Amino acid sequence: METFIHQVVAGIATGGVYASLALALVMIYQSTHHINFAQGEIAMFATYLAWTLINAGVPYWVAFFGTILLAFALGVLIQRIIIRPVEKAPVLNVVVVFIGLLVILNSLAGWIFTYTIKSFPSPFPKEPPFGLSFISSHELGSIGVTLVLLVMLYSFFRFTPLGLAMRAAAQNPDSSRLVGIRVGWMLALGWGLAAVLGSIAGMMIAPIVFLEPNMMSGVLLYAFAAALVGGIDSPGGAVLGGFLVGILENLLGAYVIGTELKLSVALVLIVTVLTIRPAGLFGKVIVTRV
Amino acid sequence: MASLLEVDGLYAGYGPTEVIHDLSLRIEEGTITTLLGANGAGKTTTLRALCKMIRTRGSIRFEGEAIDQLATEDIVRRGVAHVPDGRGTFGSLTTEENLRLGGYTRRDRRAAAADQERMYDYFPRLRERRQQQAGTMSGGEQQMLAIARALMLRPRLLLMDEPSFGLAPLIVREIFSIMKTINENDRVTILLVEQNAAMALKLASQAYLIETGRLVLAGEAAAFSNDEAVRRSYLGY
Repeated sequence: METFIHQVVAGIATGGVYASLALALVMIYQSTHHINFAQGEIAMFATYLAWTLINAGVPYWVAFFGTILLAFALGVLIQRIIIRPVEKAPVLNVVVVFIGLLVILNSLAGWIFTYTIKSFPSPFPKEPPFGLSFISSHELGSIGVTLVLLVMLYSFFRFTPLGLAMRAAAQNPDSSRLVGIRVGWMLALGWGLAAVLGSIAGMMIAPIVFLEPNMMSGVLLYAFAAALVGGIDSPGGAVLGGFLVGILENLLGAYVIGTELKLSVALVLIVTVLTIRPAGLFGKVIVTRV
Repeated sequence: MASLLEVDGLYAGYGPTEVIHDLSLRIEEGTITTLLGANGAGKTTTLRALCKMIRTRGSIRFEGEAIDQLATEDIVRRGVAHVPDGRGTFGSLTTEENLRLGGYTRRDRRAAAADQERMYDYFPRLRERRQQQAGTMSGGEQQMLAIARALMLRPRLLLMDEPSFGLAPLIVREIFSIMKTINENDRVTILLVEQNAAMALKLASQAYLIETGRLVLAGEAAAFSNDEAVRRSYLGY
């Protein structure tokens, strides 16, 4: 029983990471209608920036918030310089740009930081919290960070004028311009926030998977599965999907298929959702007339 | 004194196709002007051109200043509101959120909140639908919301694209009477594009008639409806 509970809790902890990255995917999808394949690499790159800061002697939480700011700037810059020119381009062009971005960031990280696997510190104590045996401090802390992040993001989009304007811009750019919203900047802001989500996901998962240029490739697959399960156009669905995928992955890995085959859970989920219910659990079914 | 809106030698279109040719207009402060024409004459295109939603050539001056090189959002920020065809409301947002977005560019938050209440007085139906998603409301309610959202900007000039489209006669009458009220009480200048020429000419003081993207007639609205030839060949009544 003890191990079962531990598997579930560990699933919730990594699920929070998948949820954050899935939410980043959904945010970009809502405004551009494309999946940003480079989302994981942006997160990985940001985590390296955090590692660099920490190695330079900066205290963990200062480095944490510093990385958030840097990731935000990185996201905004990528949108302004690389994505904006292809905004109105056909789907395939955009997909190629996203994949190009993935490869460039991956190689850049390998070139600057080498491909050697590095350990990344956890800000939380080594010993389990409150003497509990089924949860580690990092897992508990990671769940806490994710929840705070989700609540802040929800409040931002729900209650602030800027959040409302960003939702409007993603939904209907033409009408947004007609009420005076600078749509281009709203999109850039969305990329910035998505990069922030990714950077936090990266910093939370890095102590578990270790830091190396390919560390996010698996995580991105899980996040993608999470976004699809919840519905690619539903932020709430993506979050729930993230936790579901995290728990499912851990339980199946522990009891059914073994850790080696864990990643295939994500692929099976992706294929299943796309064939049986492409809109996901909470997504809108869109019917187009031809 | 200069007119509120002065358009000279305007060309506009989509991609390589030009729809509007050499159009010139004058809109005086405080008036209601209507732009008439058959289907496909270029009425909607003209409104889109005026707030730079499409590519244009030629001069557009608002309050004496050139706006033909500005972006749509900057023209809007100068006080030109546009109620587009198809209404352009934010379907998945609530009525209240739509109105808040209408006042998005305003810095006077308190006055904007008061204006929101005023809109609910103009359109009591919207107050009942406050928390309802705009996309689930009836056509008439969405049209009211589109107008209310445009007014939240406190515009100097309101561009209206076929507010009567697809609506029941009773609701059309209500919307026309509200246009008259906002023109008189709030001193909002209106440029109205309409299929329903008879109603538009009754409301407006000035009228323009365009045909295949060219101006064919301009003058007092009353003169338009009295001109038998114009009526029969262009207005169809």
